[in-house]
Amino acid sequence: MSAPILDVKGLEAWYGQARALRGIDFEVEDGGATAVLGANGAGKTTILRALSGLIRRSGDIRFRGRPIGALSTEDVARLGVAHVPDGRGTFIDLTVEENLRLGAYVRSDRQGVRKDFDRVFSFFPRLAERRRQQAGTLSGGEQQMLAIARALLMRPSLLMLDEPSFGLAPLVVAEIFRVLGEINRNEGVSLLIVEQNASLALDLADRAVLIETGQVALSGPSQAIRADDSVRRAYLGY
Amino acid sequence: MGDGALRGLLTLAVGLIAVAFPFIASGYHTYQGSQVLILAIALLGLNLLTGFNGQISLGHGAFFAVGGYGAAILMVKFGLPFWAAIPLASVVCFIAGFLFGFPALRFGGLYLALATFALAVATPQILSYTGFDPITGGSQGLSIPKPLAPLGLRLNPDQWLYLVCLACGAALYWAARNLARGRIGRALIAIRDQPIAAETMGVNAALYKTTCFGVSALYAGVAGGLSAIAVGFVSPDSFGLPLSLAFLVGIVVGGLASLGGVLFGALFIEFVPNLADQLSVSFGESAKALPGAIYGALLILVMAAMPTGVAGAARTAMAVIQRRLAPSREKELQHGGGPSVAANYEGKGESP
Amino acid sequence: MGEFLHQLASGVALGGVYAIMALALVMIYQATQLINFAQGEMAMFSTYFAWKLIDSGQPYWLAFFATVIASFIGGVVIERLIVRPFANAPVLASVIVFIGLSLIFNSLAGWLYGYSVQSFDSPFTGKPLFGAGYMSAHEAGSLIVTLAVLVLVYAFFRFTPLGLAMRAAAQNPVSSRLVGIRVGWMLAIGWGLAAAIGSVAGMMAAPIVYLDPNMMGGVLLYAFAGAVLGGIDNPFGAAIGGFAVGVLGNLVGAYVVGDEVKLSVALAIIIAVLVWRPSGLFGRRLVARV
Repeated sequence: MSAPILDVKGLEAWYGQARALRGIDFEVEDGGATAVLGANGAGKTTILRALSGLIRRSGDIRFRGRPIGALSTEDVARLGVAHVPDGRGTFIDLTVEENLRLGAYVRSDRQGVRKDFDRVFSFFPRLAERRRQQAGTLSGGEQQMLAIARALLMRPSLLMLDEPSFGLAPLVVAEIFRVLGEINRNEGVSLLIVEQNASLALDLADRAVLIETGQVALSGPSQAIRADDSVRRAYLGY
Repeated sequence: MGDGALRGLLTLAVGLIAVAFPFIASGYHTYQGSQVLILAIALLGLNLLTGFNGQISLGHGAFFAVGGYGAAILMVKFGLPFWAAIPLASVVCFIAGFLFGFPALRFGGLYLALATFALAVATPQILSYTGFDPITGGSQGLSIPKPLAPLGLRLNPDQWLYLVCLACGAALYWAARNLARGRIGRALIAIRDQPIAAETMGVNAALYKTTCFGVSALYAGVAGGLSAIAVGFVSPDSFGLPLSLAFLVGIVVGGLASLGGVLFGALFIEFVPNLADQLSVSFGESAKALPGAIYGALLILVMAAMPTGVAGAARTAMAVIQRRLAPSREKELQHGGGPSVAANYEGKGESP
Repeated sequence: MGEFLHQLASGVALGGVYAIMALALVMIYQATQLINFAQGEMAMFSTYFAWKLIDSGQPYWLAFFATVIASFIGGVVIERLIVRPFANAPVLASVIVFIGLSLIFNSLAGWLYGYSVQSFDSPFTGKPLFGAGYMSAHEAGSLIVTLAVLVLVYAFFRFTPLGLAMRAAAQNPVSSRLVGIRVGWMLAIGWGLAAAIGSVAGMMAAPIVYLDPNMMGGVLLYAFAGAVLGGIDNPFGAAIGGFAVGVLGNLVGAYVVGDEVKLSVALAIIIAVLVWRPSGLFGRRLVARV
């Protein structure tokens, strides 16, 4: 079994003086996909923010075996970790094309970037149509696609997404998750997905972690989580 | 000895020295003493506006000018005695400040700084506008005779002036202190720190802010009027940007929102240029650059290391000493009561 | 008519100087939400630097470019050393720090170069352009230089990756970090650019207003007026504002109130705009979130 691409032990995080995470352990397999589930306010978004260094955190966080707990946000990104934040984080005043170019900002392989542009446009044809449009004028679903496309242009080895299905129509969500599945299986991009929609997430991921009030309540392979009674009742609705 | 008694004794001592000063010091030193008092009055006003109420004014020299020119014109062109001219001129300043406060409501803090900066830069030009020459004396300015002590008091003009400034200063300080400590002061601070919350609590922010502007302009006007008779003339060039910036330096060094600190601030801005002048005798013209460099460096250093200024540092030192002397006493060691006025000026914040 | 055209033309030339200063101010404002009150003194100091070089025998354009580069570096250093530590401080603290900076530059110039007024020769000599003499050679040259600066800056931000990254960092620092942009350095470069642009403004203004430590106070005020008029969060709006202030100032000064109170025109513009249309002619209307 290969080493996990992301290995987290004892992760704690604070918003100012308030401690939001109290010792989280989980991992993401290299080429695998891990879902982070839990109710609102449980701390799921906080985990991603902590991993990206956007808030004060402590603990043993290793990416490809290398500790990243003290790195700045931009340095974590440069290592190959792409974080699609909640609210999408698109540059609303810039065009679609400019948003995508920013994803490729740190890369120097022009050929590779051009290929990736083609790639993301084939995943999301609607973005190609709206290339020169200002990102703020896109619909919610299109902005989510744009955010993911931008992340893909970073050629990340780990893609972290915060509630990609939030506020989107089911058809759009299905489309997005189809693409996520494709890049995970065919290109080996590891995924860490925070999701409210547990069913969707468990379909995509091979492992899952359930967070409650800043701590891990349950973790394991997604089939096991899906089969768990309490999870079924609380999060899957049956 | 209780805390209050100690403070009372200190105040008494300071008061006695202040009153005795013109009788023991030379004429020139008495004159300098008057200048310090005048500056302190101006700083009190600015501190109320910027320190307590958070409205940044980089242009208080303009109100100082209105007070100075106003008093001068009333005395020279209309023959009024100084004790009528100065209050009248100050009322004009109050109105001017109050009116300026209205558009100021629309600006945010930074834009107000910008607008008052513009005011400060434009003031000398406005004062020397040839159209106003008959009243203002143009770029030559106006000369004002020094007021003599009333008959019966054997004081020379310098001593008389000093005592007038002292009386004004004490009265205005007392007024400012009561203002700051009472309901109004708390309202001003609330408006500074949490304007929207203050509004929802029923504080009419607009009224408080414009009135505060007016009051601070009034203080500057009184100071300007006193300065006019102290110096003996007014001319456009003495009321430019450097004056407004010096005021800012004064309240920062003395301590934002610290009324006691204005004395230190006034001493500072009075004597640093003097020091530089003396040094320039020894070191040549280039020493003229010294006050500006010191002001600038201090502004930055104080903001970085001592955002509460000298008064705040003194308070902290006093608190440390008192805690050492009486460790069992759990007394709240906030001078002046009310919410911590210094809290808003700490240098660094935490980003979530 | 001839006089009017002359006032108009020289107003446009002056306006070019105000336009690029306004641009520098807005660049910093966009990135940091702060107004750099020290911009004028920094520009003045750069101009003295150029003067010293020319005085010691260097050819004008060599001194010009050396000054621009040195100013860029200076701007970067100032941002890293002095501005950055106050990044999270309240507004009043930054205003105070900028005023402090301006005082230091003013004194430094006085100390190093003396307080007597110096003349600063224009590199543009010869016959006035357009025959009829509406514009002096220097005014024409200055206008060309300032327009060139505007075009170059526009092209930089629009077409280069670094320019794009800087725009992104100004608009959305968090997302910028998430794509690996070093936002801190983007700010530093922004300051460097602003300082460089300011130095050009100073060098173009010096032959007109003469070189002394207080030369840039008025120019800065006009630049503020231009930036506010055009919209303090819109760089090219601000540049247009600068031109407008230049022309307006000249015309009002010539025909309405007299030359000596032109500064009050700037003051009036600032107050009028802030009261009636705070976002300026081209800026975005801001809504305060409760």
